Amino acid sequence: MSESKTSATSTAATPSSPSSLADPAARQALMAGVEPTPGSAKPDPILVVDNIVRQFGGMTAVDVNHLEVQRGIITALIGPNGAGKTTFFNLITGFDKPTSAKTGAHWSFDGAKLDKTSASSVAKAGMVRTFQLTKALSRMTVIDNMMLGAQNQSGENLFKSLFRPTWKGQEKDIELKAEELLDRFKLLEKKNDYAGSLSGGQRKLLEMARALMSDPKMIMLDEPMAGVNPALTQSLLGHIQSLRDEGMTVLFVEHDMHVVRHISDWVAVMAEGRLVAEGTADSVMSDTAVIDAYLGAHHDTDLGDDALLSDETLEKMADEVAAEEAQREEGPA
Amino acid sequence: MDTIQAILNAMLREAVSPQTAAVAIAAIGLNIHFGFTGLLNIGQSGFMLLGAYGFAISVGHGVPLLIAVLIGFAAAFVFALVLGAPTLKLRGDYLAIVTISAAEIIRYVGRSSLLTDFTGAAQGLQGKSYRDPFTDLSFFGDGSTAIGPLDYQNTGVNGWWVRFVAWILVALCLLVVVLLVRSPWGRLLRGIREDEDAIRSLGKNVFAIKMQALIIGGLFGALGGMIYVLPSSVQPDSMGRSLTFFCYTALLIGGAATIFGPVLGAILFYSARIMIKGIANSYVPDSIMNGQQTEQFSYIVVGVALMLIVIFRPQGILGDKRELRFNV
Repeated sequence: MSESKTSATSTAATPSSPSSLADPAARQALMAGVEPTPGSAKPDPILVVDNIVRQFGGMTAVDVNHLEVQRGIITALIGPNGAGKTTFFNLITGFDKPTSAKTGAHWSFDGAKLDKTSASSVAKAGMVRTFQLTKALSRMTVIDNMMLGAQNQSGENLFKSLFRPTWKGQEKDIELKAEELLDRFKLLEKKNDYAGSLSGGQRKLLEMARALMSDPKMIMLDEPMAGVNPALTQSLLGHIQSLRDEGMTVLFVEHDMHVVRHISDWVAVMAEGRLVAEGTADSVMSDTAVIDAYLGAHHDTDLGDDALLSDETLEKMADEVAAEEAQREEGPA
Repeated sequence: MDTIQAILNAMLREAVSPQTAAVAIAAIGLNIHFGFTGLLNIGQSGFMLLGAYGFAISVGHGVPLLIAVLIGFAAAFVFALVLGAPTLKLRGDYLAIVTISAAEIIRYVGRSSLLTDFTGAAQGLQGKSYRDPFTDLSFFGDGSTAIGPLDYQNTGVNGWWVRFVAWILVALCLLVVVLLVRSPWGRLLRGIREDEDAIRSLGKNVFAIKMQALIIGGLFGALGGMIYVLPSSVQPDSMGRSLTFFCYTALLIGGAATIFGPVLGAILFYSARIMIKGIANSYVPDSIMNGQQTEQFSYIVVGVALMLIVIFRPQGILGDKRELRFNV
């Protein structure tokens, strides 16, 4: 009892001692020694994935040979639509089973094997995810949403639940922790509203805050910024960075390259189910494989800029395309 | 004026009858399934029938009353395990299909002539074969008491004693449900109703919680079944699909996912039916609608009323309208 009480109140809500990786120079130094090749070895991997294949009929959605995720930093997973990023998330969090389950798929989190673990056990082990389509529990209040996130609640045992005194104290602690987190995510005044009444962005915040209720070691965010306005994106970025500074490992899927460049310490690129590149944001963005598969040659230009629509630029682009095609024709010969 | 008085009296008698209490308890169990956890159990009558059989057959074979009640519960417990194990990992619709057919299987097995020695087949079990240990417990004594229009024997076959016990049990069930759903366990149930995957991603064993909910609701159903047969007899055909739908009607009228909804709904459902029947009997001439037809007419009107409630007040009488606004 007393043990579960303390575990429910520790860390996350009260920012723990900043990790040594809060310093950008330390992170750069750490990752400088890592080879920027797909599947490269990391100094201290928290998640190691081996030979994970998922096929839907004849289509191979995910085929990752080896991937290591470094502890304590922010790793971005990018790739074109249909590259298998979300399927990969589902596989390692236990929401889907790899086709290669019996033929050598292995993945371990923080030293513990996860090959056959259910989604709930993965979360219990300390790897918590959010969803691309936000799963706020609409017909429950915001605070109830939050309190569901806490682990080891004795009141969730059917027999103990009948006896209020056995869980009342813990419930108070959990509520306090939930309020602190809500305050941090600017949702405290919505505490007693139904989650269904929140805006899309607020639901994203709520989902992230709810995931943090379980004091995870690693948090996996599936497109946390999709459909969020610029101001909120900034505060979300701040939250993600502060999680890292508190010692949490973050793995996130994102399409906005500015975001990726801004906060990620390491980037992994997937295309057609495979891991095609790894490296720091800058090195990955200059990688021709990544540019071909995902970014496109003009990823650095602002497509909203009207100057781009001038005849001159259009001509320039047409020339580039022609040159590329010529190159391609030469290629096989 | 006398006819109106007579109809009102009949309604009151129906409202406090032990069978109304029995359906209220079964609906309380269904509320845990459908209202709080979102499990679509369309075989609550199967749980009721198993509870009734377990209890009545045991007592008939000389088992002490308390043990017989436990046997009734055990039957429902096993039934829930068997139904839940293969279906609770699948989508909700599968549980609905399995429960409705399993309840029918129980009924058909019960009325099979091979089991005449145990279940009495289609004839069922006479009340007198299992009722005595229960009525012997009564401390109400002999004679009869009249309170207003309610005039019953103190103990008797269908008297104050069985009404007293039935409604005390309704109150106890409500107490248990209040404690359960206002606990973190109840919060989990509602979470599962909203989105199973979200709950899974938070590290909760969704299958185990759903199984617990199915069992608890089933045990309430079994208790309802035992009370249902106490003042009458165990008739498998009177505890078929229609009884499940009466439970659903009671639940939806009162309001799913509310505490008192099922009880209020059961009382309203049964007394409203008597009212419709009484009015049709007294004011519609026999040449248009005879006594037998008014019985059917009352069910038709109740069915239409249920449709109107679901369309115009989907949260039921006690439900919170705010909650439904976010129903996607």
